[in-house]
Amino acid sequence: MMSRAKILCLLIGFLVLVAIPPATTALDADFYMGLAARMMIFAIAAVSLDLLLGYGGMVSFGHAAYLGTGSYAVAILAFYGITDGFLQFAVAVGASALVALIIGFICLRTKGVYFIMITLALTQMLYFLGISLEEYGGDDGINTDRSEFFEWFDLGDDTNLYYLILFFLVLSLWISWRLINSRFGMVIRGSQSNDDRMQAIGFPTFRYKLTMFVIAGVICGVAGFLLANLTEFVTPEYMHWFRSGEIMIMVLVGGMGTLFGPVFGAIAYLLFEEVISDFTEHWMIIFGPILVLLVLFARKGVWGMLPGRERGDD
Amino acid sequence: MSLLLLLEQTLNGIQFGVFLFMISAGLTLVLGIMNVVNLAHGSFYMLGAYYAATIMAWTGSFILALVIMLPAMLITGIVVEVLVLRTMYERDHMDQVLATFGLILFFNEAVRMIWGAESMPMDIPAFLSGHVDFIPDAPYPIFRIAIIIAGLLVAALLYVMITRSRTGMLIRAGASNRPMVGALGVNIRMLYMVVFGMGAVLAGFSGLMAGPILSVEPGMGEDMLILAFVVIVIGGIGSIRGAVVASIIVGIFETVGRSILPALLTQLMSSDAAQSMGPAMSSMLIYIFMAAVLFFRPEGLFPARTG
Repeated sequence: MMSRAKILCLLIGFLVLVAIPPATTALDADFYMGLAARMMIFAIAAVSLDLLLGYGGMVSFGHAAYLGTGSYAVAILAFYGITDGFLQFAVAVGASALVALIIGFICLRTKGVYFIMITLALTQMLYFLGISLEEYGGDDGINTDRSEFFEWFDLGDDTNLYYLILFFLVLSLWISWRLINSRFGMVIRGSQSNDDRMQAIGFPTFRYKLTMFVIAGVICGVAGFLLANLTEFVTPEYMHWFRSGEIMIMVLVGGMGTLFGPVFGAIAYLLFEEVISDFTEHWMIIFGPILVLLVLFARKGVWGMLPGRERGDD
Repeated sequence: MSLLLLLEQTLNGIQFGVFLFMISAGLTLVLGIMNVVNLAHGSFYMLGAYYAATIMAWTGSFILALVIMLPAMLITGIVVEVLVLRTMYERDHMDQVLATFGLILFFNEAVRMIWGAESMPMDIPAFLSGHVDFIPDAPYPIFRIAIIIAGLLVAALLYVMITRSRTGMLIRAGASNRPMVGALGVNIRMLYMVVFGMGAVLAGFSGLMAGPILSVEPGMGEDMLILAFVVIVIGGIGSIRGAVVASIIVGIFETVGRSILPALLTQLMSSDAAQSMGPAMSSMLIYIFMAAVLFFRPEGLFPARTG
């Protein structure tokens, strides 16, 4: 069971997210709705990365690859005049699954430092690929339109897009919760603490981990699909390794190995960036040392600091 | 595609590989011996270039820049080790990655604040400028030859130091069994500090050599860092020999691949398709090669433990 403080936090957080569109419309502050939407998209990405980092012991430094794959799926299809949202979504999911399958298949043969460096290198390869594809804008990026869902849903409306993102955030949290508490999730968590032992008692952990790697990639690919719709612009920057690092920071700030932590981490990180970059354009010089201190002294993250159990199912 | 151009590109490839070696050598030692992932290694490369460019702008002397930059890099490396890296040895890789990522953000922004966001000019020193005609009709810049020679010297020096000297012996011993070396009375903290500082000096040195031919700008270390990772993965963590071979391979693939592949593709398909495929394919070449190496040899070409 979750502690009362955590349940309260979640409840308030959810209500605030639901209330943001009417509130910002009433106050005529659309900017903040966009910011909240952005936070939720990165929250989805961070939640999916935490499946690997916090539960699977797979330190992937290339999660931005799927953010890019998902968003390029939208932009490239739109480039050829295919604006059907359902098709774009299917392609975004399929493409990120395929990319995750290939990257995972190569990386999961290795461990530790190799794993980090190879996920990083392969993601950077996709980044360079994005830059060299002049047809799709090269390093300038490419403009794209919102996906069309015809009579089902009007994504052109900002509020509709906002609630779609919120829906996917809740959905990804639900899927993650189901996953980590299932038998499948237990195998993954077992292999995090001792992979050799899991193999010795008969689990082909490679297959389990690869499956988890693909699932995490797909969830992040969906985040990419949403990001392309929100910004109506796609650039190779989405796949830059700084982006991967940022998603990783969100997981750390929120609390690794917790279900809801990464959501708060994403919100905290983007809020911090927004607030501090108003004061100085050189905000990185403050954030860099803060990050070092966070790693040294605050490993539990915001979520872990709330009263309740150390880590686990919440 | 003429043979002459191919030869010139190969030389450029070797020269780029030598760069990569000087950066990777420090990184692979730190990784192999201390088991620490140091993303900030690219920042040392950047700082080396900036220190050197600044001193050159003040004094106009390349030699003076070299002489002052090397100890400055040693101090920078040791300060970073004492303040941040030292606390990270017992942590897991994830923490090391994030903390050193924080260092990158800090250094990039610091450079941008001190020297500005634009790239900084740095001239080729007079005594190394000009061309040499050692292949008939193909003048090759002396400075690039100097880079190749400097890199080979560094490689030879490192090799002798690690296999023949007492420090090198301790470094190798520390890599295979750290607590045992400590128990035998070796100051392992000091040893780590020296190795880390040495890595910073090497990275700074390659920054100095890169300054006149590549651009000195904030974030210049990042692309090099990724390539250095590729080199280390291919060569095997902690292996100097592996780093030498892998960086030459990667250097040649990067430069020769970029010039030959588009031409090769035009032979195979329509020139339009080749025009768009060429750059994309060549930018992926070394990563595909890395994946292939990993597939057959997950520990790299020259795993450090066996030599």
